[in-house]
Amino acid sequence: MSDEKNKSDQQKSGVSRRSFLKASGISLGVPLVVGHRVINVNGQEVKLYGPTKTSITLTINGAKQTVEVEPRVTLLEALRHELDITGAKRVCDRATCGACTMIVGGKAVYSCTVLAIEAQGKPITTVESLMQGEKLHPLQQAFVDNDGQQCGYCTPGFVMACKAFLDKNPSPTPEEVQKGLGGNLCRCGTYMGVRAAVLQAATMHKGGKNHG
Amino acid sequence: MAVGKNILRKDGYEKLTGAARYVDDVTLEGMLYGKTIRSRIARGRIKSIAYDAAFDWSQIVIADYRDIPGKNYVALIEDDQPLLAENEIRHYAEPILLIAAANKDLLEAAAHHIHIEYEQWSPVLSIEDALACREIIYGTDNIFKRFLIGRGDVEEGFAQAERIIEGEYRVPHQEQLYIEPQGMIAIPGNEAMTLMGSMQCPYYIHKAIKQLFHLNDEQVVVIQMTTGGGFGGKEEYPSVIAAHAALLAHKAQRPVKLIYDRAEDIAATPKRHPGVIRHRTGVRRDGRMVASEIDLVFDGGAYVTLTPVVLSRGVIHALGPYACDNVRIQARAIATNTPPNGAFRGFGAPQVAFAYEMQMEKIAAELGMDSLELRRINMLREGDTTATGQTLIWSVGSEEVLNEAVERANYQAQRLAFSQSHSSIQTSTTNHVEAHKRRGIGLSFFLHGAGFTGSGEAKMKAQAGIEIMANGHPRVLSGSTEIGQGTRTIFSQIVAEELSLDFSAVEIEEPDTSRVPDSGPTVASRTCMVVGRVVQMAAREVKAKLLHFVAERFAAPEVELREGKFMVAEKALADFQEMACEYVNLFGELRCFAHYASPPEIEWNEETYSGDAYPVYSWGAEVAEVEVDMDTYEVTVVRLTTAQDIGRAIHPLLAAGQIEGGTLQAVGYGLLEELVWDQGRIINNRLTNYIIPTALDAPDMETIIVEKAYPHGPFGAKGVGELPINGAAPAIAAAVFQATGAFLSEIPITPERLQAAIEKVTTDEHR
Repeated sequence: MSDEKNKSDQQKSGVSRRSFLKASGISLGVPLVVGHRVINVNGQEVKLYGPTKTSITLTINGAKQTVEVEPRVTLLEALRHELDITGAKRVCDRATCGACTMIVGGKAVYSCTVLAIEAQGKPITTVESLMQGEKLHPLQQAFVDNDGQQCGYCTPGFVMACKAFLDKNPSPTPEEVQKGLGGNLCRCGTYMGVRAAVLQAATMHKGGKNHG
Repeated sequence: MAVGKNILRKDGYEKLTGAARYVDDVTLEGMLYGKTIRSRIARGRIKSIAYDAAFDWSQIVIADYRDIPGKNYVALIEDDQPLLAENEIRHYAEPILLIAAANKDLLEAAAHHIHIEYEQWSPVLSIEDALACREIIYGTDNIFKRFLIGRGDVEEGFAQAERIIEGEYRVPHQEQLYIEPQGMIAIPGNEAMTLMGSMQCPYYIHKAIKQLFHLNDEQVVVIQMTTGGGFGGKEEYPSVIAAHAALLAHKAQRPVKLIYDRAEDIAATPKRHPGVIRHRTGVRRDGRMVASEIDLVFDGGAYVTLTPVVLSRGVIHALGPYACDNVRIQARAIATNTPPNGAFRGFGAPQVAFAYEMQMEKIAAELGMDSLELRRINMLREGDTTATGQTLIWSVGSEEVLNEAVERANYQAQRLAFSQSHSSIQTSTTNHVEAHKRRGIGLSFFLHGAGFTGSGEAKMKAQAGIEIMANGHPRVLSGSTEIGQGTRTIFSQIVAEELSLDFSAVEIEEPDTSRVPDSGPTVASRTCMVVGRVVQMAAREVKAKLLHFVAERFAAPEVELREGKFMVAEKALADFQEMACEYVNLFGELRCFAHYASPPEIEWNEETYSGDAYPVYSWGAEVAEVEVDMDTYEVTVVRLTTAQDIGRAIHPLLAAGQIEGGTLQAVGYGLLEELVWDQGRIINNRLTNYIIPTALDAPDMETIIVEKAYPHGPFGAKGVGELPINGAAPAIAAAVFQATGAFLSEIPITPERLQAAIEKVTTDEHR
């Protein structure tokens, strides 16, 4: 690549190929884990990660945890494989079924299609956090009461999706509930139970209790 | 009282908190990850396998068929399916090699450095191709199995008939789509192998592994982990995955975890058998069936696996819940070069149910008769005789379910209202807005034989037991698995009821072949009715032993067990727990096992395929109300009302959950689910393109449980798991027929298929 061409590329994208290669550490003898590199893009400092493992910090269920992962690793895989937080499941791996749902920065996300590095700095909530001491969260209790689970594999994701839904809309109508559940698949066919559970949890919410 | 109550599900808490550990949630020290290398052709032969020299293979474990210590087959019915292909390839995604590595990235990299070359042969990819015998891929005629059943004189019946009505019905593959993909961990030992994973039938795996590794009963241990759904899909196939994992573990001498991703799971594992079913029915003008000839063909795929048993259930259910004196039913299962089809909830019955119910609609239409009336004229009632010559002697809730469903759905009034609104639309053809959406209501009526077919249960002699633990509480020992359907909960209720204890006192042992007896597979709607009965008998034996013990100890002859206490008249002697502990301390243990024995009234002739095909049937009726968008041809199911006679609901909420869940899978079968094939390869093997019902597709459902007690079931219970999957597809098709005038003889009723059918009606009318 000529210097002239290089220069024009740099002007277009703000990142030169050379600086990218350098920053990404593609050379012999790289250490297994490296921190991010900082490059200058249009006068701003931008963190550049990968392709080798890099150290990131995630705030999971209120606790800061540091993991070393390649930047391509999803939030789901980081939690399941690196931190042994296995409530969220890997099912479709294509953001279709919702079994991997977590709440990140207040929003329900399919964690199979969120990169772990993207989730830095945002609170991440998983099903493991819902228990209040020995007691089930009222939403979990509502699932139990209405038999909103059978095989249980979609359940952790479904519970988190329902929680995010209720956090946003504490007093939904039955129609809103039905729509709100559209992002999670259950093959056992527990939708009727889940619907009833969400309505029950919503009713309790209306009673003025604070369910976090 | 524990039975009949909606107690809290035993496995609910751990599933809701994320604490339940499924196979992919577990990592063992030193564990490798395994992967299956599969064929990329449907039929042919392996010419060569090459490993890139540039790749570092020292970190990869590779196994092929030569590494199998025993014979290269998966033990099932015919032993024709190799664990790993040796030379010939019979279907796309057939396992050829296994690889394992310490991490998944390395594993995936290695897979890209293996190159298999094939010689391709012309594959057989459809029922028509197989029957035409252009290529012979099995036996001399591509036929895996045939059945012929019948009674009376069919020719004579047709001679008496005033009308003869013919219909041909087509049903597709259906993917079980358990949400947890298949997975297994194999742990090698010294002359031993332990398997743990997702499964319905630990003893199937036990049998397969013993054969493959020359190990005995004790050397192989199979443990079921929390299992994320099965629906039949984890009946036979986990044996293949377990054997693959075990082979790698055996070679590596390290634990190996083999988890399928969704794409591999859909591409390679068994589906519901597709089929073509032809009906020829002779009826009198009043609607009475006088002759029925049925020909059914199921596509078994590339290997026999469970196909003969699926076909057997199909042929026996082919006439449905109807009586006819002159019947001949021919059934054939054929071979194709597609992945073997296998167990899926319903097991041959949903296919034939779509056909027999659509045939009823067709007969009614041709006779100008109400199809409900036609069903009432021909339905089986207590004392009637089925196609196999079985006289129904007990627990026949046919009339009750039909009446309940029809009444609760307000079927007749709605049907009349919709039909009047349609004729008014036809008279004012210019009103497009009114014609834009059409409503219809349809009915289906069906039955399901509970437990194994024919002499299956008599041969199986299912075992289960109860042992008293050190704390004096009972523990159930059974190989029946919890797959979400509620095994653990209902077993604890049955035992609690028999021993007059609180259900929370009953513990259920993990299904582990070293600790529980073989209760038979967790299939065929048999867990409650058959194994539940055995559990009940074992509990009764425990009770008898303790009553005897207490009577001697207190020198009180008339001891009773009530509310957890041993009583003489109104005087409490001691409580259950105390006496049970004392018994165990004194005699070392208290364990009672029971075997299943078929009711003495039941007789089945395996040679003539006649007699009592099942000890009892569960009955169902379903009403579907649909709305059809006449611009997009989308069908929306507005409401489903279903009434099901299951003998007794041990746990009404769980039973309703089974009915709703099965019904929803049948909505998928009838409207949405279709595999797309290209030269034997499934091209929509993802959840993004294989569409299953979401919460938005789930209509309002009303479920009515009818309880016509079965005297040989626990507290009168019959099977419930499979019955509900028979009803929705034909009920929806009947409703679409009313709404649009288009008679769909093939499912799923996709917009494309419906458009073609409606256009055909319009063309025919204008001719």
